[in-house]
Amino acid sequence: MSLNDEVCILRQVPLLAGADILGLKRLAFASKRLHFEAGEVIFHQGDPGDCAYLLLNGYVDVLVDGPAGPVRVAEIPERSIIGEIAVLCEGNRTATVRAAVGLDALRIARDDLLRLLQQDSAVTLSMLRMMAERLSATTDDLIAARAGLAR
Amino acid sequence: MDKSLTRYIWTHTRREQIWVLAVVLLSMIPYYLSFDLPKQIVNGPIQGMGFTEPGATQRFLHWAPDIPLIGKVELFPGLDLDRMGMLIALSLTFLGLVVVNGVFKLYINTFKGRMGERLLRRIRYELVDRLLRFPPAQFRRLKPAEAASMIKDEVEPLGGFTGDAFVQPLMLGGQALAALLFILMQSLWLGALAGGIAAVQGLIIPRMRRRLIALGRERQLTARQLSGRVNEIMDGIVTVHALDTTNLERADLSRRLGEIFRIRYDLYQWKFMVKFLNNFLAQVTPFVFYLLGGWLTIRGTLDVGQLVAVINAYKELPGPLKELIDWDQARQDVEVKYEQVVEQFRVDELIPETVQRVMPGLARLPGPLNASSLVLRDDSGNLLLDHTTLHIGRSETVALVDDHGGGAEAFAAAIGRAIWPASGKLAAGDVSLLELPEGVAGRQITYVPAEGYFFYGSLLDNLLYGLRHAPGPSPRRSGATARQFQWCQTEARAAGNPPLDMDADWLDVESVAPNARGAHDIPDAVMAALSVTEMQDDILGLGLMSHVDPLEKPDLTRRLVEIRHALRAGIDAGRIDAHVVPFERDRYNEEATIAENLLFGTLEDPMTQMPRIIQSPEVRSIMMRGGLAGQLFDLGLGMATTLLELLGDDPAQDVLLNDLPYLTMEDIPDLRQLVLRVTPGGLSEATRDDRMGLIRLAMFYVEPVQRFGLMTPELARSVVEARNAIHREISPELRAMIEPYDPMRYMRSATLMENVLFGKSRDTGTRAGQSVRAAVVAALDEAGLTRRVMELGLGVNIGVGGRRLSLAQRQKLNIARALIRQSEYYVFDKSLSAVDPRTQERIVCAVVATVTERGDGASVIWVLTNTRLAHLFGRIIMFDRGRVVADGGLDTVSAASGGSGIALS
Repeated sequence: MSLNDEVCILRQVPLLAGADILGLKRLAFASKRLHFEAGEVIFHQGDPGDCAYLLLNGYVDVLVDGPAGPVRVAEIPERSIIGEIAVLCEGNRTATVRAAVGLDALRIARDDLLRLLQQDSAVTLSMLRMMAERLSATTDDLIAARAGLAR
Repeated sequence: MDKSLTRYIWTHTRREQIWVLAVVLLSMIPYYLSFDLPKQIVNGPIQGMGFTEPGATQRFLHWAPDIPLIGKVELFPGLDLDRMGMLIALSLTFLGLVVVNGVFKLYINTFKGRMGERLLRRIRYELVDRLLRFPPAQFRRLKPAEAASMIKDEVEPLGGFTGDAFVQPLMLGGQALAALLFILMQSLWLGALAGGIAAVQGLIIPRMRRRLIALGRERQLTARQLSGRVNEIMDGIVTVHALDTTNLERADLSRRLGEIFRIRYDLYQWKFMVKFLNNFLAQVTPFVFYLLGGWLTIRGTLDVGQLVAVINAYKELPGPLKELIDWDQARQDVEVKYEQVVEQFRVDELIPETVQRVMPGLARLPGPLNASSLVLRDDSGNLLLDHTTLHIGRSETVALVDDHGGGAEAFAAAIGRAIWPASGKLAAGDVSLLELPEGVAGRQITYVPAEGYFFYGSLLDNLLYGLRHAPGPSPRRSGATARQFQWCQTEARAAGNPPLDMDADWLDVESVAPNARGAHDIPDAVMAALSVTEMQDDILGLGLMSHVDPLEKPDLTRRLVEIRHALRAGIDAGRIDAHVVPFERDRYNEEATIAENLLFGTLEDPMTQMPRIIQSPEVRSIMMRGGLAGQLFDLGLGMATTLLELLGDDPAQDVLLNDLPYLTMEDIPDLRQLVLRVTPGGLSEATRDDRMGLIRLAMFYVEPVQRFGLMTPELARSVVEARNAIHREISPELRAMIEPYDPMRYMRSATLMENVLFGKSRDTGTRAGQSVRAAVVAALDEAGLTRRVMELGLGVNIGVGGRRLSLAQRQKLNIARALIRQSEYYVFDKSLSAVDPRTQERIVCAVVATVTERGDGASVIWVLTNTRLAHLFGRIIMFDRGRVVADGGLDTVSAASGGSGIALS
């Protein structure tokens, strides 16, 4: 698959929809394209986070360590970005991510992602929107959980 | 060490100094004799004194000394010689005396040189010895670079001075006196005159020079302060600008520069003044000789021979005098240097020599560890540990945990003798750890700090470093080596160095931790320690990356080639799941660069050899012949265009070039110009430089890596054709550089891994990438070669301070190095801070289990960074602000520390 094909896929990623072509091309060139087998762990909870992944195809499971072993808490569809929290907060992975099916992903180093966000305000805005949506979903979950506990 | 250098030199070289003095005095006899000869030759045979009658002879070499009580004894009757014979005899005597004087000089200088070098060796050794015996706090005061430069550079002139310390003034003084005496004997007046002027020179010049030395020291000091100020201004430049004080700084700098100028100008004035005076005094004497001596001769009071002899002798006077004055300056100079160096190395609390003496054999600690009212402070006197009393017995596993402050860490460091108690006592049984010989404390207590040091050398050498306490049996030496060794030993003793044999077998097998069968076996202990610290895989990785010479290890490389074929067969048959594109003579390898495909072989030094081969006339003509040059030119142009598009005008995009080692940001403007000059398919119109530039760029293209979509099947075919032509046609000299991809041959310039794979795979960090390595490891394992590859890994040089390893690897290695030793106490001080939490838990668990399983009563003490691991230990001691707040099992300590919020499990 050539650079131009990758750029075509990147343009279909909602997060990068408004990004300019040169920025995407640079991102694709600087990133490494990886293949993960079904069931392969992409990263572990607690590992230091130095990169994010863009799922070119296939989806992943999100697992969180519980008292009785890992618990699957979410599923992330294809053409999404994962691992960006640890990159932005310079922290450790907050959850384990496992390939649910065989998939290809673009590994984006922290510096490259930060550069993209600095240079392309369209991407930054959609990133912000995505984060806000996740936060609001989490808040809803929290309220529901609290209500559940109160009962 | 003595306070004054002169005293130090006298103490250590007294006997040699006296001997060399005796020789110098002896050498004065022929020296003095040689003064008188010219006069005899001129007056006697040449001017004919005593040969007035024809056929007259004179007695030569008649020796009849007057001996008291016995009277005159004729020892040699002498020879009767005529005028010509006398001339020859006296001239030959003159020649003989020249030789004798020369030989004396040679002997004296060599002897002095040896004496000086021995003293230099002694001083350096004493300084290094002191360094090894410094109390730990001293290392935080003395800068390492300063200490090294003192030992290496600053004491250097002291050695040169040693030989001259006593001999030079006596010899030069003797020479000057001899010359003076001779002049005096010839003419009292002239002698007194020369003596007077010499005295003025000898008194005034050193006095004036003393001021020069003082000025020099002042100059050094002000210059040092100036650089300090410049540094300070640069550090504080933001403040300087913000508060508008640049002009204050200008004034300050100008004043300092003025001060330096004053000193330097003063220095010049003095220097040239002294020079003038010295030269004048030296020149004024001959003037007086000519005038006064000539007058006396004309009047007949002095004969011509005498005047010539006086002038001749006077030639000998200014030299020694000047050297004597120089000697005095050198003495003052080195005296100051010595005092400054010794000052830095004079420490009150040096570790006694007896504590560090060589101790063969193994001795146990006199008892378990006991701290009573132990107080520890840091360098600025802050309290680290406050009156703590603790007892840590045998077979204990103890976790030290800090709530606030650094009490646990300090306590561990005190056990490791890295901090000395401020008061109270830390003892084994009832002997303080500081009084215990290091041969006991340093072996029975293994202290592992967070950042253990690794020395330049192989991994194995570093792992076994903790076993080298005392020299074992020396190697058998015979013939020249034995004589050489004997000489080294004698010289070491003569310079006060210890005669320890560095080539002896220093490995102490007795202090190796026993294996499962209770035997002391070094390879077993190494492998066990590496397994506990999970280093085996890292070591194996180093082995896979190492280079092996098939000439040195033919059997290993032969078997590796066999594994290469087995692996290939496995992959082809689908038994092994690994994506490796093999090198095949008639196929293009799409995972390799175009250059690799073209040369089809590995190079010892690709960066310099690759361009040489590509630009050779043979290769150029091959590329032109098949139209390959045009295709590569177009590919290079395509590559350049895309790259330039990606880079844009943004200099921050230089990170895009990270994966392209052959291109730097400086090349980009040129490349931009180049792309404008040429067009696709325009090979024939392009200049030679433009062609080469683009073809060289194309050489590094790998389609799956750059993904520019430029590789075509036709190009691949052309490359393979050119490859075959190259291997047929290039000169033998170029061919010798290329080690071809030959399935039956082991390539010296490729790594072990590359040799086994014999193909290209991409290391992607995913399972697909790991499977390649896993396949190689499995194949090695099957062939029983894992251990041998690990041995190669252990032989890898880890660089200065172990810098070629990651911090986590160094920490693991540090623990492995400790576990190889058999000790009564293992103290780990935050030893795994850089290792990820999951691995940390596994390693701590394994270390505790390993030491406990040995069943020899050894205890483990661990200062935890991750307090959640405390549950792995039998006893937990919790410190808070330097005091023990809880001590006991997990439950006790958890209950006691409930309020502190520290999670212990």
